[in-house]
Amino acid sequence: MTHTTQSPITHPPGGPRENRRHTPKVNTSGLYQRAFGQAFAKLDPRVMVKNPVMFVVWVGTIITAILTVNPFIFGPVQDEGPRLFNGLVTLILFFTLVFANFAEAVAEGRGKAQADALRSTKSETTARRLRPNGSVEEVSSTQLHRGDRIKVIAGDVIPVDGEVVEGIASVDESAITGESAPVLKEPGSDVASSVTGGTRILSDELTIHVTADPGKGFLDRMIALVEGAERTKTPNEIALTVLLAVLTLVFLIVVATIPTPASYINSPVSITILVALLVALIPTTIGGLLSAIGIAGMDRVAQFNVVATSGRAVEACGDINTLVLDKTGTITLGNRLAEEFIPLNGHSMQDVAAIALAASVFDTTPEGKSIVRLAEKQGAKLDFERDRAEAVEFSARTRMSGTDLPSGEEVRKGAVDAIRGFVRSRGGQAPAELEAAFTRVSELGGTPLAVCRNEDIYGVIYLKDIIKPGIHERFAQLRRMGVRTVMLTGDNRITASVIAKEAGVDDFVAEATPEDKIQVIQAEQAKGKLVAMTGDGTNDAPALAQANVGVAMNSGTQAAKEAANMVDLDSDPTKLIDLVTIGKQLLITRGALTTFSIANDIAKYFAIIPAMFAAAGIGALNVMGLNSPQSAVLSALIYNALIIPALIPLALRGVKFRPLTANQLLQRNMLIFGLGGVIAPFIAIKVIDLIVGGVGLA
Amino acid sequence: MLQGFLQLVIALLILLAVAPFLGNYMARVFMGQRTLLDPVARPLERLLFASGGFSNQSSMTGGQYVRAILVSNLVMGILVFAIFMFQGVLPLNPTGLSAPSWDLALHTAISFVTNTNQQHYSGETTFTYFSQVGALGYLMFTSAATGLAVAIAFIRGLTGRPLGNFYVDLTLSITRILLPLSIVGAIALLIAGVPETFAGPAVAQTLEGATQYIARGPVAHFEIIKELGENGGGFFGINSAHPYENPNNFVNLVTNLYMLIIPAGLILTYGIMAGRPRQGWLIFGMVFIFYAVMVGITAVGEFQGNPIVNGILGSPAPNLEGKEVRFGWALTALWAVSTTGTMCGAVNGMHDSLMPAGGFTTLSDLFLQIIWGGQGTGTAYLFVFLILTVFLTGLMVGRTPEFFSRKIEKREIVLASIILLAHPIAILIPGAITLAFPETLAGISNPGFHGISQVIYEYASAAANNGSGFEGLGDATLWWNLSASFSLLVGRYIPIIALVYLADSMAHKQPVPETAGTLHTDTFLFTGVTAGTILILGALTFLPVLVLGPVAEGFLLARGF
Repeated sequence: MTHTTQSPITHPPGGPRENRRHTPKVNTSGLYQRAFGQAFAKLDPRVMVKNPVMFVVWVGTIITAILTVNPFIFGPVQDEGPRLFNGLVTLILFFTLVFANFAEAVAEGRGKAQADALRSTKSETTARRLRPNGSVEEVSSTQLHRGDRIKVIAGDVIPVDGEVVEGIASVDESAITGESAPVLKEPGSDVASSVTGGTRILSDELTIHVTADPGKGFLDRMIALVEGAERTKTPNEIALTVLLAVLTLVFLIVVATIPTPASYINSPVSITILVALLVALIPTTIGGLLSAIGIAGMDRVAQFNVVATSGRAVEACGDINTLVLDKTGTITLGNRLAEEFIPLNGHSMQDVAAIALAASVFDTTPEGKSIVRLAEKQGAKLDFERDRAEAVEFSARTRMSGTDLPSGEEVRKGAVDAIRGFVRSRGGQAPAELEAAFTRVSELGGTPLAVCRNEDIYGVIYLKDIIKPGIHERFAQLRRMGVRTVMLTGDNRITASVIAKEAGVDDFVAEATPEDKIQVIQAEQAKGKLVAMTGDGTNDAPALAQANVGVAMNSGTQAAKEAANMVDLDSDPTKLIDLVTIGKQLLITRGALTTFSIANDIAKYFAIIPAMFAAAGIGALNVMGLNSPQSAVLSALIYNALIIPALIPLALRGVKFRPLTANQLLQRNMLIFGLGGVIAPFIAIKVIDLIVGGVGLA
Repeated sequence: MLQGFLQLVIALLILLAVAPFLGNYMARVFMGQRTLLDPVARPLERLLFASGGFSNQSSMTGGQYVRAILVSNLVMGILVFAIFMFQGVLPLNPTGLSAPSWDLALHTAISFVTNTNQQHYSGETTFTYFSQVGALGYLMFTSAATGLAVAIAFIRGLTGRPLGNFYVDLTLSITRILLPLSIVGAIALLIAGVPETFAGPAVAQTLEGATQYIARGPVAHFEIIKELGENGGGFFGINSAHPYENPNNFVNLVTNLYMLIIPAGLILTYGIMAGRPRQGWLIFGMVFIFYAVMVGITAVGEFQGNPIVNGILGSPAPNLEGKEVRFGWALTALWAVSTTGTMCGAVNGMHDSLMPAGGFTTLSDLFLQIIWGGQGTGTAYLFVFLILTVFLTGLMVGRTPEFFSRKIEKREIVLASIILLAHPIAILIPGAITLAFPETLAGISNPGFHGISQVIYEYASAAANNGSGFEGLGDATLWWNLSASFSLLVGRYIPIIALVYLADSMAHKQPVPETAGTLHTDTFLFTGVTAGTILILGALTFLPVLVLGPVAEGFLLARGF
């Protein structure tokens, strides 16, 4: 595994969401006006027919509109002045449609505003394309294809996604990530070699190998996504739409079979009232808000600065059973810091500090720098010419790094057993105390690094790992929600178990290699579980692809981003936990409004049925004591229409999620949306009826 | 009054005591475990399989299972139709009856093959002993066993097991459950005085000197499977109100309980087979409460009697119109709710004469189909309602819905929706057509609100595969025979096909492990939510006709004119 983060994470993982929410200069002014206009444009039957519930309302509106113009078109009518009543019903139905469209338009509008903000960073530019012979030609950025090579110099906007093949330069990625500090880009390195279209190169120049065809770049995908252009219904949404359509069909049958029995008992029912009953019964509330809920869910993910490739991925977040988390950067702060030197083999503290300094002088990682700092604090100084020494890079195979001194001596630091092997290869012997020091540091949850000069082990560096504040509570929450956490770390077993215990993860894999990651995921999936993970390196790509939800860090490689179904622009692996919450919130909102919508029907029945069969002598069923049959029908319909805009904020914001067990959640939400859905409309319809009566409409 | 309610409580207590034993036993039978009857039943089954040339007993796919049901039912239906048409020349015809009209024969064949036993005729004057015993009695076993087999295939699929073999389950249902219980029950009825003879009608001289022909026949064995298998087709026209079918209170109690025990026990069987006995008990409890409330409403309605009649009498009296006085208001109410709830359809009093409260409960039983429900299918519908409830409300726990650790997705919802749709289609549409032509088609004897109840009841009874009639309806016409046949077929086979495919689809799903985040369906809370869903979905679909029928009639009576 690669080092996970480039910049230290400054916010606690349990902190308020708003702190982490990053919205790239979204212009929401005029959003509602535009949405209102859209709401009317969406009345086009070709659009309406995609939503079977609302399409029935649409047809009903047309029928009542015809009846307003000519109340007698379908035959004689008993009431003397049905024109006003029919007109009012038509008007209410019309607004029911507009409100439902408005909900969707607002949700889409927010995405569009975000897309516009992104698009503003992506203007068509001229790119310098390198011909095979090395000469440069100027082409439009839209003509660049996968496999082309381009040159960018300081001040340019990088036109497309690509891989750095030559040069070192600093790049401002704030347009994408919101992170203002420039990032160093250079070839070869896993993380630092990928560049994103729309970012700006600040210094020097780079040769870039283009990795995306026109319109297929990262930014393009992101824009398409937040705009909802590629929005397809998720499996659960499809199933719910089917059920809502069937309920609509049931009610259509119910309403269509009323006239003959009603006529049989000489209590004929007007077509307007039949249409009114039908619209009141079919689940217009959830039918009108369903797509808005889905879009808003994607939007919430985007507000978290995460790009999901599909709504399906967001929905899957709610179903996650297991989170596979890298220790570094997710559970602990990215950087381990040198805390203490433990001398061994009879060496003094000064000697250890000096050797540690010598071994770390070329180490630019935060760990290496912290060793240098600690050594200098203890008074250690370099006793050789830096320029004449040679750096020995860290590699995953050797698991150590160090310096070859001008004197020909080799100083090394690294994992304890790696150093033990090194010393043995140089004819030395590890001291007995090494094991004790190793255990001591491990039991503190730290990482022990041994330092040696040639065959002589000088001591152990205690690298302290700092567990992110608040992470323990987050894992406890996840556990209550039934989500298991598995920590993966390259640390030894003892260190890993100490950290796992302190952080409160359910399981851990110590001394893990990237291959272990995919094995852990497959093992969990074999048990039927859905697994989410984060990753950034090319060697994480298979695991990201295997996971049900794979979140790639934006700082990661192109391969990782391609394999993942979400990309976190802030490169904050802790976000995975928030994504689970967002996924659950989306599902809860959908379920809550479905339940509410169906529970509402009871009150609407009690308003309309007594009004409908007023001649049958069932006045006692008018439990709400509504004014008149006409007022009862109008009140039920007005309620039915107004509840949609009233619930738009909830649909867009989502039902507040609480980390409770499934049964507690059901109890809570059933009480609010189930029982509330039964009772609320009784009160609301009564109030509306009083107003309708007061105004004198009916 | 006290005596009446005491009778009800005793009957309910006996049911509570018996159901667990039967539930447990049926689970053992269908899970292939050892039972007491093995030494007797096994050789019989071996003989049956061998004589049927039936060697392949491997589990069927959904498609094979459906085909097996349809083919076997079609063959049986044709056979029985042929028997009816040729009954005049077939044996056991002491009264020399000839073939009924083709449409009546068709309706009767469909009605019995669908486990409905809706009767547009009087048995004693229409069908020969051969038709009654050889055709109708035969279908009473096989149609009930078909329902049981489907129910067992359904729970197997829901819990991820292979569906099983239709013919094996059909046979086991008969040899292990229906036949043994029938033999025991029939002997009890014989002892209690129910006749069993192939002799023709008894001839008697009345006091006035007239000659009376008293119909009789092989009643006892016919009677017991009529109740046990939720068939309900009486040997005589007036069914269990006839003294030869139901001579005394003991027989009344036994036959009433026989209607209830299999559907009630099967709920517990489901719990056991799913490895979740708690789920079984909770659902059992829910249905028991529904049932008790329905019995209560009906009994109170009958006990209070007709306010108009009471006004004339000057004192309150129970409603005894259309009842056998020997059973009284309480046992008639209990029977009415039991027979409509279980889709048996036998009657010991005329439902046409029930007070509006009873009209409301009996119709509601037919609409909901789960207050115990039909043989096998009722329990399966209960679990379909559980699935729908999980789907509608389960999202509120923040996971996509799953039932018994299996995800509920589009395919399952489509199939469950088909079950949900079939019922209103089969009831409301023909009902509306019939009521559009009240003069020519309906044959209503009591115009007004009651007439609507009569018509809707007939179709609801057909679609729910119940078979009881509101009576008072002139239903032996071509229109009624054919339109009711439509409701019978739609109400029976569409849901059964959907159930099998639903089970098949669930069986092939990868189970999801249960965690704290999983919605548990075996809790009081979820059972309550399910009860609410059943009532809301049922009410939303059938409230208008209930209002136009018994509810409006109730208000009419209360106003006193």
